[in-house]
Amino acid sequence: MLLSIQDLAVAFRMGKVSGVTQRQQAVGRSGTTVSFDIPENTTVALVGESGSGKSVTAMSILNLLPDNAERSGRILWQGQNLIDTPLNELQHLRGREIACVFQDPMSSLNPVFTVGEQLMEPLIKHMGLSRKQALARAEELLVEVGMPEPKRRLGVYPHEMSGGQQQRVMIAMALACEPKLLIADEPTTALDVTIQRQILELIAKLKNKMKMSVLFISHDLGVVGEIADHVVVMRNGIVREQGPVASIFNDPQDDYTKALLACRPSLTENPARLMVIDEHIAATKAAVEGRSAAAARLAKAKDPNAPVVLEVNSLFKSFYLKQGLFGTREFKAVQNVNFKLRKGHTLGVVGESGSGKTTMGLTLLRLHEPTGGEVIFDGKNLLTVSAQERQTMRRRIQVVFQNPYASLNPRFTIGQTLVEPMEIHGIGNSTEEREQVARELLQKVGLDDRAFGKYPHEFSGGQRQRIAIARCLTLKPEVLVLDEAVSALDVSVQAQVLNLLKDLQDEFGLSYVFISHDLAVVRFLSDEVLVMKDGVVVEQASAEEILQHPREDYTKRLLGAIPRGYQAA
Amino acid sequence: MTAILNPHAAPSVGPERSEGVWAAAWRRYRADRVGVLSLIIVVMFTVLIAASALDLVAKDWQKEVGVPNAPPTFLGPAPPEATGVIEQPKGPNVDISAIDPLAPKYAEWAERAKAYATPDTIKAETLPLGGDRLGRDVLSKAIKGTEISVFVGVLAALVATFLGTLLGALSGYLGGKVGDFFEWLYNVFEAVPGILLIFAFAAVFGRGIGTVVLILGLTGWTGLYRQVRAEFMKHRSREYVRSAEAIGASQVARMFKHILPNISHVILVRMGLLVVGFIKSEVILSYLGLGVGIDDVSWGTMLSEAQAELILGYWWQLVSATAFMCVFVTAFSLMADAARDALDPKLRGLE
Repeated sequence: MLLSIQDLAVAFRMGKVSGVTQRQQAVGRSGTTVSFDIPENTTVALVGESGSGKSVTAMSILNLLPDNAERSGRILWQGQNLIDTPLNELQHLRGREIACVFQDPMSSLNPVFTVGEQLMEPLIKHMGLSRKQALARAEELLVEVGMPEPKRRLGVYPHEMSGGQQQRVMIAMALACEPKLLIADEPTTALDVTIQRQILELIAKLKNKMKMSVLFISHDLGVVGEIADHVVVMRNGIVREQGPVASIFNDPQDDYTKALLACRPSLTENPARLMVIDEHIAATKAAVEGRSAAAARLAKAKDPNAPVVLEVNSLFKSFYLKQGLFGTREFKAVQNVNFKLRKGHTLGVVGESGSGKTTMGLTLLRLHEPTGGEVIFDGKNLLTVSAQERQTMRRRIQVVFQNPYASLNPRFTIGQTLVEPMEIHGIGNSTEEREQVARELLQKVGLDDRAFGKYPHEFSGGQRQRIAIARCLTLKPEVLVLDEAVSALDVSVQAQVLNLLKDLQDEFGLSYVFISHDLAVVRFLSDEVLVMKDGVVVEQASAEEILQHPREDYTKRLLGAIPRGYQAA
Repeated sequence: MTAILNPHAAPSVGPERSEGVWAAAWRRYRADRVGVLSLIIVVMFTVLIAASALDLVAKDWQKEVGVPNAPPTFLGPAPPEATGVIEQPKGPNVDISAIDPLAPKYAEWAERAKAYATPDTIKAETLPLGGDRLGRDVLSKAIKGTEISVFVGVLAALVATFLGTLLGALSGYLGGKVGDFFEWLYNVFEAVPGILLIFAFAAVFGRGIGTVVLILGLTGWTGLYRQVRAEFMKHRSREYVRSAEAIGASQVARMFKHILPNISHVILVRMGLLVVGFIKSEVILSYLGLGVGIDDVSWGTMLSEAQAELILGYWWQLVSATAFMCVFVTAFSLMADAARDALDPKLRGLE
């Protein structure tokens, strides 16, 4: 056994209240502790939502936790208990025997050193190589992680590389000393699907080649199913279920695991609603007790001849970059986009990052000034209307942003956030009336009345995204641009928000422009899909058509890259 | 029964507002012992200043209540000076009334002089903290000086904060040509040595409290401007500002309703430091004779007078003014420091 975690519990000291130290339990709950093993040459995956304690568990192995953490239990590394190993001995293990790769490669690399220097540092420090040997080894490592032009890359700075290349460098750094265990903490979450696929394949290949073990942390069961040999499912600091990957996927025992598997939108089937964790658990319980679960609602058929609310003709957007002293260079972010959006329908926009999909969405609202083309909304060209009309139009097209942590003003209460748009547009006659509307909308998006006086930092990501949606609804818009609105959320929370969006569409006849890099999510919500690449629409067809019969290579590549979970070989 | 036992259990009408950013900051501030102590000192000074402004204390600071350069009470009265007395001539007095032409008028003049009562006040030999060269009470002067110095410091800081915030917001938020213009203005102000700039303004505007406030306010906004500008540039592209734009909030609303409260802690702390800096600047200005008028007193004028007194060994005015200034400035700086720690959202959760 390479690593064995036994009875682990981690708590954080949260300051003193009247002389008594307050502790917050992050791993282990009320006597239940965490135990699992990592055998040699195996990939063990830790799966769970945010706050489940999976990262804390992994970071406690090398004690990379903040100073206020308290660990108990045993972490046996080849028989040595790491919990009472002094720091200077741990430092010999760190990087040499056990290496880490983190989520965000951009912030994990030091921006002021070249890639080569950063790669050489562990080689010189841990392996005792000379500079010359280290340089040669660094180049070898870059070849190993599949970096094109490795010799040139040694001299470049991190910002000159793409996200996928940065993550490759991170992996190369982790592998520099040929560790026996690689801890990968959500290594692909910040990356596009296509890049994610490459990185997953790279990790799997290197694991076999170097005969090492991998502790892979992810919230995405789809990813885990493809890479792991053994899966540990965590929730609220305790292990819900663990076992070989085949049994977890084919025969899950725990309600929570079952629910997690059910709540992810899939490419193969398209339900009207997604299962939400709690609903799923309740339904299973009901079935056991002999009652029938609430019947699944049928999808409302959409009227293919519904009136067109938004028509976009040959939309262009260019950015001008300064070049040299006087010159400017044109960067075409969006080129010649055309589509029609009908009432109550959803247009999905997919593409890798940098494909211009977000720019396109924001140009519709004129949050970016377009360079050319027309956006016809209610018979008027939005791009040429007067400032006065633009203000009223603005009310009718709203946007929900990706990051729910950044899109709410931290100094406004939820009430203020919801009432403000109505005040600006003069909706409602009095403050009481507006507050009444705000409270009703809060209820509609599934938050209780107490939320009204609270501040955004008191809510979770999913709740904040509901608040952001409620803010848009205060203006009774007709079109909602959802810019990666569910990408930052956990799978289970994602399911809740997606269901909410679908319900709201049925109720109010909203039209959505749904921008996402996740084809499975786009498919769940969309009627028509635009596939964008480098600012150009490469394919445009109905959602089913795109999934069943993709025509373009790019679309096929996007589809192929989506993690499909565990497939019996 | 529960309703009787626990009247607070009933659902409150309307949700209560939860702890806001300011309430949380106050909670953190109270946990800081040095911060609380400095706050108490600053509050005590504030009370003193208010009392002085309302003429409750130090009203008669200009009265010459003591003998010139009266020493502090704890030192006791100054020893009588050895004056060179001219020796009395020996022999009997010589009666010269016979040859004095004015002799008949003496009685009449004495009679007329009685009509004008000349109050001959008894000057105190010692004063609590001593007296200055005119015999004015140094304690009263120090209190009055506190009022003026702090008033000047706070008012000038308000002017500078207003200017810096407004220009910084415009420059940072709008950018482009407007931003370039304000940057140019900033560079001009920064390029001239500070003290020279102050002299230039003082030479044009003349002397007086209003002038000092104006001078310090007009020259001191640059640091705050830079910081506010940077904050606005950072926040301009945040998603909550874009969301505000998407719901139709105007530019002014976005700048001052959305962004400003989010960076208010930066401004507040910076302003605290400006107050301290300006009080010191006022002292320098007054010391150099460019500060408050001659019929006003500030810490600066006291120090300026003390320079001449010190040579003669009258040290008490210097010590009093310095002590008042040190205590206030130190307490105010510590308070601003504690406020920054309490308000900085980056420190949140790291207690």
